[in-house]
Amino acid sequence: MYERKKFPSYILVFLAPAVIIYTIFMVYPLLNSLRMSFYTISTDNREVFAGLDNYIKLFTNSNFAPRFSGALQNNFIFFAIHMVVQNSIALLLAALISNEKRRGANFYRTIYFMPTVLSVVIIGFIWNLILNPLWGVSKTILGFFQLGFLFKPWLGLASTALPTVALISVWQFIGIPMILFYAALIAIPEELMEAATVDGATSWDVFWKIKFPLIMPTVGIVSILTFVGNFNAFDLIYTMKGANAGPDFSTDIMGTLFYRTFFGQQLQLGDPSMGATVAAMMFLIILTGVMLYTFVWQRRVQNIEM
Amino acid sequence: MKTTAQSVRTESTAYKLRKFLGVAIPQLILMVYTIIALFPIFMIVINSFKAKKYIFGSPFSLPTPTTFDLIGYKTVIERSHFGTYFSNSLIVTITSLLLTLLIGAMAAFALSEYKFKGNTLLALYLSLGIMIPIRLGTVGILNLMVSFQLVNTLLGLILVYIAQSLPMTIFILSSFMRQVPKELKDAARIDGANEYRIFGLVIPLVRPAIGAIGIFTMIPIWNDLWFPLILAPSAQTATVTLGVQQFLGQFVSDWNAVLASLTLAMVPILIIYLIFSRQMIRSITAGALK
Repeated sequence: MYERKKFPSYILVFLAPAVIIYTIFMVYPLLNSLRMSFYTISTDNREVFAGLDNYIKLFTNSNFAPRFSGALQNNFIFFAIHMVVQNSIALLLAALISNEKRRGANFYRTIYFMPTVLSVVIIGFIWNLILNPLWGVSKTILGFFQLGFLFKPWLGLASTALPTVALISVWQFIGIPMILFYAALIAIPEELMEAATVDGATSWDVFWKIKFPLIMPTVGIVSILTFVGNFNAFDLIYTMKGANAGPDFSTDIMGTLFYRTFFGQQLQLGDPSMGATVAAMMFLIILTGVMLYTFVWQRRVQNIEM
Repeated sequence: MKTTAQSVRTESTAYKLRKFLGVAIPQLILMVYTIIALFPIFMIVINSFKAKKYIFGSPFSLPTPTTFDLIGYKTVIERSHFGTYFSNSLIVTITSLLLTLLIGAMAAFALSEYKFKGNTLLALYLSLGIMIPIRLGTVGILNLMVSFQLVNTLLGLILVYIAQSLPMTIFILSSFMRQVPKELKDAARIDGANEYRIFGLVIPLVRPAIGAIGIFTMIPIWNDLWFPLILAPSAQTATVTLGVQQFLGQFVSDWNAVLASLTLAMVPILIIYLIFSRQMIRSITAGALK
């Protein structure tokens, strides 16, 4: 009945370019980087197998360990600020725009997504200027609301630099969660809400008791996208604070640590195998996040839906 | 009687007030956020057309004939290689985009059209890259580029960007191609069309998806700093994003030049965005990119 045919050549023609480019320029370098984290490079430029030495060095050596734990901690703060500020404001804006009677919804949608399409480099410099005490624009604005006394050189102080950079990143990327929440909200069938409104529920109740549980899958997608994006971030901090992520490493996250370790900085030479080790740690962190999302969150959300 | 009428009246005023606030407060919040989103961009653009004295003297006012000055743009055009950066960015972005769409569509077509052994496994393999950022393989990519002698070439960047964009492109396009009616393809097959012809037949049918993916692929490539910085940092191969970053680093105290170069780097992408925003947002809200 089932005839075994020769594998058709056209399937190979269709698939080969994608598989080859993807394998050579993405999968192979990634695996090779992971492999390099188990090797050191000797003085005569040969790779020597080192087992877990690089990892032990990263966790215990006095040059690496404080930087690594600092960057990891900062990265979690960076992520927490995005989760709390970015995703809740995005949810609020999406909920307001998705009301079918809202005037100007298209206009707002378009504007809110605008910073997202700009390069992080441009965003970084724009905010460097806006917050610059020399230009004084932000001080004048605060003064207009009688809040001038609040002004500080936020980017220059170790205590405020990280939240400031995180909020600038929130300002830029809020369009992505906003549009994903919006898409999920407008997909909810109208009848569900009508029934509740007839029963006298306020729109606040309708939102939290009906709409929000229904967009739980999107909440999960937004969270994991935020996580992957934040633990892979680099451009904004490099642009605003340089590879040293100053002041005093207060804005150092995994991406900047990776760059510094790999390419070196003023006093320290670059080290490809230690760079690969930092990248492998980033890979592990991101993979853990993705696994948690896939196997814990998605499964729970599916159970609720059933 | 009287009391009932009164209470009805007060109730209706209260109702009207509530209804008014129910519209006004959301509008107010949305407008405030519009200002937050636009204000920084607006400040940069208006001040890029002013003389230095007025950038600091009256930063909030629009340029007037007295304050108008193009000195910043003049500096940028004379002192930077904006033309080179711009053409590098165009070459890299457009080539990567077109090749990603072609190669991605071919693979998506094979995965969605034919049942063969390992289909699911291959689809899974190709979609790994959606969640794992290619940046983590930078050490390996740089080694590879050194051995292929592709450091400081646009081709090196293009190959990396294609690899980076393929997983998402294949994932989305194959879900769209599955929706193309089978009868259509079978009718063409009966008419004697070969499989390449069938592929050519399906492409126009998924054009909206291709458009949306195109924009979503293009923006991160145009804006990327990481790979131009690491793989192609030379003056001849710098892209706009890298070029602006380096130019701004050198001219950091020349406010006119900084503001002008920021405006020049922003405007093209904003124009493209405003042209395509409707299509782009519609494609997400239609569930295309979930």
